[in-house]
Amino acid sequence: MTTTSAPTPSIASVGLNCPTPHSTHDCVVLGHGSGGKLSAQLFRERFLPHFDNSVLRQQGDAAVLTVGNSRLAMSTDTFVVQPLEFPGGDIGTLAVHGTVNDIAMMGARPLYLTTGFVIEEGLPMDVLDRVIASMAAAAREQGVTIVAGDTKVVERGKGDGLFINTAGIGLLDADFAPSADQARPDDVILLSGPIGRHGMAIMSAREAIGFDTTITSDTAALWPLVDALRGATAGHVHVLRDPTRGGVASALNEIAAASNTGMMLDEASIPVPPDVLAACEMLGLDPMYVANEGVLVAIVPPEHADVALAALRAHPVGANAVRIGHVVAQHPRMVVMRTHVGGTRIVDMLPGDQLPRIC
Amino acid sequence: MKYLSEYRDPQLAQTLARKIRLTATRRWTLMEVCGGQTHTIVRQGIDELLEGSIEMIHGPGCPVCVTPLEQIDRAVHLAGRPDVIFTSFGDMLRVPGSDCDLQQVRARGGAVKVVYSPLDALTLAERHPDKEVVFFAVGFETTAPANAMAVAEAARRGLRNFSVLVSHVTVPPAMEAILSAADNRVQGFLAAGHVCTIMGWTEYEPIARRYRVPIVVTGFEPLDILEGMLMVVEQLERGEYRVDNQYARAVKRDGNQAAQDTVNKVFELRDRQWRGIGMIPGSGLGIRPEYAAWDAEVKFDLAGIVANEPADCHAGEVLRGQMKPFDCPSFGSRCTPEHPMGAPMVSSEGACAAYYNYGRFRQGSPLANPAMTLPILATT
Repeated sequence: MTTTSAPTPSIASVGLNCPTPHSTHDCVVLGHGSGGKLSAQLFRERFLPHFDNSVLRQQGDAAVLTVGNSRLAMSTDTFVVQPLEFPGGDIGTLAVHGTVNDIAMMGARPLYLTTGFVIEEGLPMDVLDRVIASMAAAAREQGVTIVAGDTKVVERGKGDGLFINTAGIGLLDADFAPSADQARPDDVILLSGPIGRHGMAIMSAREAIGFDTTITSDTAALWPLVDALRGATAGHVHVLRDPTRGGVASALNEIAAASNTGMMLDEASIPVPPDVLAACEMLGLDPMYVANEGVLVAIVPPEHADVALAALRAHPVGANAVRIGHVVAQHPRMVVMRTHVGGTRIVDMLPGDQLPRIC
Repeated sequence: MKYLSEYRDPQLAQTLARKIRLTATRRWTLMEVCGGQTHTIVRQGIDELLEGSIEMIHGPGCPVCVTPLEQIDRAVHLAGRPDVIFTSFGDMLRVPGSDCDLQQVRARGGAVKVVYSPLDALTLAERHPDKEVVFFAVGFETTAPANAMAVAEAARRGLRNFSVLVSHVTVPPAMEAILSAADNRVQGFLAAGHVCTIMGWTEYEPIARRYRVPIVVTGFEPLDILEGMLMVVEQLERGEYRVDNQYARAVKRDGNQAAQDTVNKVFELRDRQWRGIGMIPGSGLGIRPEYAAWDAEVKFDLAGIVANEPADCHAGEVLRGQMKPFDCPSFGSRCTPEHPMGAPMVSSEGACAAYYNYGRFRQGSPLANPAMTLPILATT
């Protein structure tokens, strides 16, 4: 490159100014669906004022309902993933695992599912067949029954191939009711496995990125782990959460806010598979915010932590479970991490989607 | 991953931090030029580890932060045109223009696509011959070669529906501008490793000599940063001022000649506005006249777009290292990532975003509650 002969100015001599940007939204942006601050704001400001009731206000992964003498957990989720089939799974397995996991996180045994398909005109029939078959297999594997369904077909260009909604219902035991507001100082934070696999598997398979990797989605049903935790701790589990959209960071921030406690994490203990870490580094993403579909966060009293960890590790889905930190009183509603080099940093909710960096 | 974990080893980091504290006989003020390094420093708490020995001030090396508002407005204008597919790196989508950002343009129906390489934008242009595909070519010397290559490749293929909106800036003139300022406090630099991968470090040698300031080409991992700091401090303690290379695994003295040739073929040096700082002569790159057919500013009529920037934000002082984000009167109150006043609070490489997202509970932060301030690990 050639060099300039122009005189170099002093920065002090040039004007200082900066714009006042606008960040209010007069229409929905993709960040509203990211699971971060914008999603929470959308729910709080748009939906809750109209739908408000005591059950919805709890904002758990699933609603807890009392019907006669039974306590039920009920949840719904809609799956809009692209591509429809990805390394380690497809939209069908996700649609089953996502909803049964939401029910399981309330401590309920998932029993029944319903499903709604929104199909875009032109979807190859063999893709639809494979998705339905894998949904059925995932449901059978979990012992849940798909009891009702609906299909709609939209014109080409009005959908993204296939959207699937599932709703589910599960049964709660009287003596087991984990919820986000129950985290207490000194509780131990457990993570059932390595993070970031689902999000990075999806990203690697997207047409616009398409990097070569062996990363597969971690999609899995988590009820067996929940059942094992319940048995090992005699029901002494304060919080369960599956950190899907927004990743482990968002899940822990939600728990900290709901329980008015702080979280102290140890960066070195958080398992990130090497290929996930490499892909995140390449794109400038933080694995703490990348979606998972087969791990859970369990917050348990310290006296039950060892036995809970052993119970998780006894199951193949939780074989690599670890302690990642503990709950503290010092900085309520804030998640803080002890870094690799011994400093500290906040692990915040993201305002919107994580966006890959320039360089 | 071994290649990364090697550069994050806690014991080695503690050893290097101790060595810096033992070497420094006084508190030195260093600037890391690059926003990526700023984030490593604040995210890993490296500045906490060296409190008392080193004061880090943060340089203007965030490409998103220094892109002029006018250029963002031009991008927003182009992205809103029905005949345009506007492509950009992800970072730029949330950067606010005068009225809205690219994300909002997309939500309102504009064809805005995130790409991971300008060559992806080129592919889009081939697939959509009925549309004009514009790529937002932003960044320092690091991204310039690929962006230049996209223009050269479009020319080679005769692809007339592709153009780039250029907002490239270069590091050395900005370093000189900082050092020339009457109130300059910078005593040593960590130079941006990625930039030097392309450019090498020969252009820093006259700066080190002229301003008697040590410059160390430094990588981005915690151990890179700590080692780079130690190398600068060792020079300062000995009264030396030269360019050293900490990032030898990636950077050669003359950089990447092929990449430089591509840049020189397509771009030429221009005067450039730096957002929040102002005009720095010869600090930017623009498309050479022979490639004007692929220059979005020539192809589209953008001359009428003039931005007026209000002056109630201190981002400029942050960008030139004269104010720490914590010292800004708007930090964390009127200015947050959800409601940013300046680009450094919204960019993934911005200094204000790093302080807010990773360190707003720390001592010195206007948001810190003394009871919440956490002790760092024992480092002796």
